[in-house]
Amino acid sequence: MHRVLGDRRAIAILLGPALLVYSLIMLVPIVWSLGYSFTQGNTIEGFTGNGGANFSRLFEDPAVRDALWFTLTYAALVTVGQVVAGYLLALLYVFFLKRSSALIRTLAFFPVVLPTVAVGLLFQKFFQVAPQTGPVNSLLNAVGLDSIDFFGSAGSAFWVLILMDIWRSMGFYAVLLFAGLVDIPDEVLESARLDGASGLRLIRHIVLPLSLPVLMSSLIFSINGTLKVFDSVVALTNGGPGNGTTPLTLYMFQTSFTYSDYGYGSTIALLLTVVCLLVSLAVYRVSRRDITEG
Amino acid sequence: MSLRMPHARRARLSLFTAATASLALVTTACGGSGSGSTAAPKEFSYLSVTENTTVKTALTAMSKGVCKAANDALPLKVETVPQTSLDQKLQLLAGQDALPVQFAAGNAPALTQQLAKSGKVADLEKELKSLGVLDQLEPAAVSTIKALYGGKLQVLPYEYNIEGIFYNKKLFQENAIAIPGTWDELVAAAAKLDAKNVQPFSASGQQGWPITRLLSTYLYRSLGPDALQKVADGKAKLTDPEYVKAAEEIAGLGKKGYFGKGVGSIDYDTAMNQFLNGKAAMFYMGNWALANISDEKQNKVGAENVGFMPFPAVSGGKGSIDQYPSNVGLGITLGAKSFDKKTGDWVSCIAKNYGSTALKNHGSISGFKVNTGVMDANDVTTKVRKTISESKQNVLWFEALFSTKATTVSQTNAAGLVTGSMKPEAFMQTVQDALTAK
Repeated sequence: MHRVLGDRRAIAILLGPALLVYSLIMLVPIVWSLGYSFTQGNTIEGFTGNGGANFSRLFEDPAVRDALWFTLTYAALVTVGQVVAGYLLALLYVFFLKRSSALIRTLAFFPVVLPTVAVGLLFQKFFQVAPQTGPVNSLLNAVGLDSIDFFGSAGSAFWVLILMDIWRSMGFYAVLLFAGLVDIPDEVLESARLDGASGLRLIRHIVLPLSLPVLMSSLIFSINGTLKVFDSVVALTNGGPGNGTTPLTLYMFQTSFTYSDYGYGSTIALLLTVVCLLVSLAVYRVSRRDITEG
Repeated sequence: MSLRMPHARRARLSLFTAATASLALVTTACGGSGSGSTAAPKEFSYLSVTENTTVKTALTAMSKGVCKAANDALPLKVETVPQTSLDQKLQLLAGQDALPVQFAAGNAPALTQQLAKSGKVADLEKELKSLGVLDQLEPAAVSTIKALYGGKLQVLPYEYNIEGIFYNKKLFQENAIAIPGTWDELVAAAAKLDAKNVQPFSASGQQGWPITRLLSTYLYRSLGPDALQKVADGKAKLTDPEYVKAAEEIAGLGKKGYFGKGVGSIDYDTAMNQFLNGKAAMFYMGNWALANISDEKQNKVGAENVGFMPFPAVSGGKGSIDQYPSNVGLGITLGAKSFDKKTGDWVSCIAKNYGSTALKNHGSISGFKVNTGVMDANDVTTKVRKTISESKQNVLWFEALFSTKATTVSQTNAAGLVTGSMKPEAFMQTVQDALTAK
């Protein structure tokens, strides 16, 4: 075995095909796209090189700053929201509902299988003020408050978006974390209880550390997904009002395909790639340290 | 080690060769699809948008009737895409040199001009002249197209629209309101309606353009017909005080609640509905709305209760009330390479017959001459047609001379201007920035 794997020709034969396919469908497009970052133009006029102009524009463009800020705050809030809500649901399944949790689990998981566009429309109707008054505004009116135009300002539209995405995905994280919780041996919990730990103390000192690995993978899942958010924003607000809820992905899409500025769009995509890389590295470092401790 | 090096180098070399080969493959693939389209077209292929049903229905009717001969030689084939993805589709097709014979030419004139610059759009003035049908186009429509497309006839006038304010005659009468002649009278009328709990205007903030049109018409009335040409030429900025004033006036209407609740989430159809159900007294729109106004199923207030008035004058302004914002709808143009004799037959048949077909079957006004007598559906239609024939000078709309980016920025931020979430100066600054950025 060692002789075969030590032979460079064998390595080349074994890895070659996979490496070739990987290069063709992953590396070549990435490098190609990177190349577009140094050009300007579109498919009609053709592309001409413009050096690093796109990069200096990236640093001066206030829209990029807004989009980056939106993406980061969105990713942070939704990640915390959906993992915490998911974890609470999972605790509910395991410690309170116990074996009868199947129905609640199904109900909480239901939004996950709904198409994003459908959820977007649902929330639009739910929070709308005109032409019909939505349920939320009806409720506000019923308690004597004025209707709020939730999609009229970036601030309130942002919170509706956050709420929608947490609601939409907490069922998924609940099931993921549920799997981690049922993995904790009953004997461990039993002996902890015998030692007098119960309620919050049991969770804080026994359950939380033991489910840390699966919590970490949930975090990585979540951050990766939320940094690349696109569909739910398009479905709910389409980036508006103005560009108040435009993440980097949508700004990149608009720049490339609506304004037909492929070079600059590619530069924005590169920025997003770098951000994803940095955040992933950070999470990876933290999670490695935590697992060794746990 | 020294024996193994060549292997490694060979592996690296083969990887490099593979990468080069793949590049070559991709390049030739692009070239391949491009060479096919220079041949004479086999169909009168027409790329349209899903939203516009008039042109394709009228053309289909003509292909079976008056243009049967042209259709037998070159059968009509209609393909549609949603209007929001039209620009992307055109760019892709143009990049592959695979544009259809006739196509809706992008949401902003800027894209058509780009296509024309790279020689993909036929020079219609020359072609129509040699076909002997240039006189079938209404001069007003031709001048509007030329104003939009840098002095060239680059699209056909399948639609010809002027814009103004449609109003509910009954609501005006009940509240003893005369047709406003000046902006101040219009605002006063709105205040009067609002006091009686009638929503003065209906407008779509989701689409945005119904709001920015108010802004540009105010500019044309206050600063004269060259107000936005100056901005396009860089001689004036949207942030100049007299331009910001217009934004303040429109924002003022919103601030007083004259557009009703949640204008940002009102889409075009809902805005139209509000007006046609008598829930709003005024509706700024182009005459394409006549199709909805004439439709008894949609129009609950009755066509006889709908009036049409020009956007009022601004006191002391340089513009005049008989200058109408006009457009030719979504421009439809023809590809340069596929324009041959058979295509020419189709085009001359369209030029001679489209005007009357569209007016008779759809009540829609086009920029082609109406060669057979057609009765108007109602008084509003007559009034609009009369206005078109009397109009002295045409002006464009707010985004007409803008880039695609500035157009999007202006339309997506318009709702914020009237809901108060964006200050007038900030709105004009944002649009100006998008303009300057190209």
